[in-house]
Amino acid sequence: MKTRVLGLVALVAVVTVTLVALFVVPPDRNQGDAQRIMYPHVASAWLAYLSFGVTALAGIGWLWKRDLRLDAVAHAAAEIGVMFTAFAIWGGMMWGRPIWGVFWQWEDPRLTTTALLLALYVGYLLLRRLTDDPERRATRAAIVGIVAAIDIPIVHFSVEWWRGLHQTATIGSPDRVLNPAAPGIFVGTLLGTLGAFTAAWLYLMIRRYQLACAELAREEARRVDLLMSARAAAVR
Amino acid sequence: MMTTLRTEARIALAVARKDALAELRGRQATVSTLFFAAVVLLLFGFALGPDAARLAAAAPGMLWLAVVFAGILAVNRLHLLETDDGALEHLALYPVSRRAIYAGKALGGFAVMLLLGVVVLGAAGVLFAVDVTAALPPLLATVVLGAAGVAAVGTFYAGMTVRLRAREVMLPLLMLPVLAPLLLGAVKATSAALAGDPFDELGAWLQLLVAFDIIMIVAGAATYGYLLEDG
Repeated sequence: MKTRVLGLVALVAVVTVTLVALFVVPPDRNQGDAQRIMYPHVASAWLAYLSFGVTALAGIGWLWKRDLRLDAVAHAAAEIGVMFTAFAIWGGMMWGRPIWGVFWQWEDPRLTTTALLLALYVGYLLLRRLTDDPERRATRAAIVGIVAAIDIPIVHFSVEWWRGLHQTATIGSPDRVLNPAAPGIFVGTLLGTLGAFTAAWLYLMIRRYQLACAELAREEARRVDLLMSARAAAVR
Repeated sequence: MMTTLRTEARIALAVARKDALAELRGRQATVSTLFFAAVVLLLFGFALGPDAARLAAAAPGMLWLAVVFAGILAVNRLHLLETDDGALEHLALYPVSRRAIYAGKALGGFAVMLLLGVVVLGAAGVLFAVDVTAALPPLLATVVLGAAGVAAVGTFYAGMTVRLRAREVMLPLLMLPVLAPLLLGAVKATSAALAGDPFDELGAWLQLLVAFDIIMIVAGAATYGYLLEDG
């Protein structure tokens, strides 16, 4: 019941901020309407990082406490994180085309880092599907999730360097919008989008976690069934 | 403390020695890995050539991609060796620290990667008309650091995927994105070294490689035990 209320609140909030971002906020002076992509884009990127942080922490928790529910949390976060990562990349490309003239800009460290992030966690999800035993799966996934999280800052740092050790910040960086000089309505819309998206994330997390627990229970039931029928066959 | 470290070093050396012996007696694996790297270099040449200037400019990137691709085969081989007759389970049964076993496997991988790196460096020098002898010390330092990084990451992921159904796909899929910083650093260090380091950036890239190696060795040593246990 509480989860349903949260879902409803998140839905209303996301719709509201979308309408505000599309129709209420004035277009950016330099970037025009394309700048409106920034609101969901930044929110998605933040949730991607949040998700992968949760995956790594839940992985550490599993290795420590050996509670499969923690693995369910890690699984839920990784799946939702991959979705938001893909959404962030898609939004970035849609924004890049009118502003930069190209979908893909190798000069931008965030874009390339995020693409590697997607690869890391798609690998994580595939690895999960390839292991049947729940405890083994949890251990392998936890380790991959932890190492991936360690790798993210190194990737970001090295790509930032790679772009050119002497070059200053890229033109039209989305961060510029966040500077204190930006008018309040832009900042307010961005913060509102962050809040609304985070509420939606929380709702998705709870639902996906419940689903993961149900999946675990079903796997367990099937294993017991197999065991019982094998025993019955042996007795007969 | 000192004695534990010394014991662990002895165990690691014993594991590495075992792998080296098996490799020397079998031999095909290392040789075929080297040839695979050479073929990759040749194909890169076909894909980008025959303009000599362009090939020389792309040489550092091609060199390191060849090393990384062949490295996947090399690290996979070192763990495959253990599954043939349940040797991995025996290794896990030894009452010794998991860290030491990881260090031994990684050391064996490092030796193969080092050989691979040196050979590919020489081959790239010949094939793409790049003078590698002019800047040999920084190039060799890059090869050592790059080989250590691939061995550290590869040993760890090969240990995980060796019992997996889709091992051939999963090992590169998991390993390559993690290796991206190493690839960047090694390629940049190699081009800087070949150009005579005009922007004074070689040191920074080598430092990046050192940091990557240390972080990955620590992460691998800390988690390898969990992989061995879940056999």
